[in-house]
Amino acid sequence: MGELKRTPLFELYQLHGAKTIDFGGWELPVQFSSIKEEHEAVRTRAGLFDVSHMGEIVVKGKESLSFLQKVMTNDLSKLQPNQAIYTIMCNEKGGSVDDLLVYMLAEQDYLLVVNAANTDKDFAWLKEHQTENVHIENVSTDWAQLAIQGPAAEEILQKLVEDVNLSEIKPFKFRQHVQMNGAAALVSRTGYTGEDGFEIYSRSEEAPKLWKDLLEAGKEEGLLPCGLGARDTLRFEANLALYGQELAEDISPIEAGLGFAVKLNKGEFIGSEVLKEQKEHGPQRKLIGLEMIDRGIPRHGYPVFSGEELVGHITTGTQSPTLKKNIGLALVKAEWAVPDQELSVEIRGKKLVAKTVKPPFYKRSK
Amino acid sequence: MSTPKELRYSEEHEWVKTEGDKVRIGITHFAQSELGDIVFVELPSVGDEITADEPFGSVESVKTVSELYAPVSGKVVEVNEELDDNPEFVNESPYEKAWMVVVELSDSAQLDNLMTAEQYDEMTQED
Repeated sequence: MGELKRTPLFELYQLHGAKTIDFGGWELPVQFSSIKEEHEAVRTRAGLFDVSHMGEIVVKGKESLSFLQKVMTNDLSKLQPNQAIYTIMCNEKGGSVDDLLVYMLAEQDYLLVVNAANTDKDFAWLKEHQTENVHIENVSTDWAQLAIQGPAAEEILQKLVEDVNLSEIKPFKFRQHVQMNGAAALVSRTGYTGEDGFEIYSRSEEAPKLWKDLLEAGKEEGLLPCGLGARDTLRFEANLALYGQELAEDISPIEAGLGFAVKLNKGEFIGSEVLKEQKEHGPQRKLIGLEMIDRGIPRHGYPVFSGEELVGHITTGTQSPTLKKNIGLALVKAEWAVPDQELSVEIRGKKLVAKTVKPPFYKRSK
Repeated sequence: MSTPKELRYSEEHEWVKTEGDKVRIGITHFAQSELGDIVFVELPSVGDEITADEPFGSVESVKTVSELYAPVSGKVVEVNEELDDNPEFVNESPYEKAWMVVVELSDSAQLDNLMTAEQYDEMTQED
């Protein structure tokens, strides 16, 4: 195994007592103080995440829109400059190559933000399907990304931003070249926690100062540096898919309950035939929430049964820090993917009773 | 937190406290701090036999499941049921409130295989 990759903020983690882990080849903080504390900070105040490992790919050129329409499931034709959209990129079988955000920087100029571990695969996939008059470039190392998330995120971030009123940036909208204590960043009202918040894209060399400035600015509001552990429990409660668990090369966005990001009326795209079939007749498997009735915590990969029949597996599970319940997401045969069914999860050789519930487990009050 | 001198330790980060022909078992401060927030503890029942170096239960943090390895063999005579509702005791008080089981030793010579506090500290500092 090669050296683990590090983000521009690695040196700063230690100042906050971070515990680091190998996450898809990156040495990243799993927690700073405690997953529970960080989770609660984001739900009630604010948390700051280093997500610089995420991949960034630029797609531009005269035919960039028609190219993206061919490889993405969502409809990008209505996208305006300074607007972002969540989409899946599918293979011919309707399985998911990745899920990502597409930022429209300007006409014929798009920024794709992809999962770190998929960056090389996605780049190769895009190159393989590249059409004429499209330029594709992997710019991941040039960019750092911080996420400030939670009800106090806007208030804290505004302290560093003078020339833009952040309340004017609506969800899935963004601004470019926003001045922040000397750094120029793309500031986007997006996130992966189920809370309000912003993702901030800056040049890698400007990120360490930005990180320090934000932590300083958020002291009063109780802003905490947060790791991947809390990011995972937060996104899980809010039913935001994690590639490799809810989505994979052999899991379609329809099966994963992401039909809202699959627009079949926009014309053909890679995987559209299979997805159309699944949308019209229903997929054979579907994602559903599970709440444990017996004592036990469901975990990724645990088998799910109806009586003696194996009906699926857990994609993500933990004890929800917000709800204090043992819950999971499970990909099961479609007939079981409805609320109020009794299923069991096999945990260390024992089948423990659970009931199906409709995700999300958590929805913020607006 | 300093490692209590009166206890003995296993390589799998359990502590053992001798009480006559019985021992009380829990996990160390080092172990709980590596695991993070403990949210679930699964222990054997009174009457169960546990075997040295074999799993006898598990602790789960928000993120992971870790097996508990028996430091000695014997019969379980007491189980700390308070941990069912208060798994956070493992983080807050690993050597006191979060004892896990009391075991009647089947072979007291096994205690000689365990480490002293100094040896355990040395081992964990190498990690």
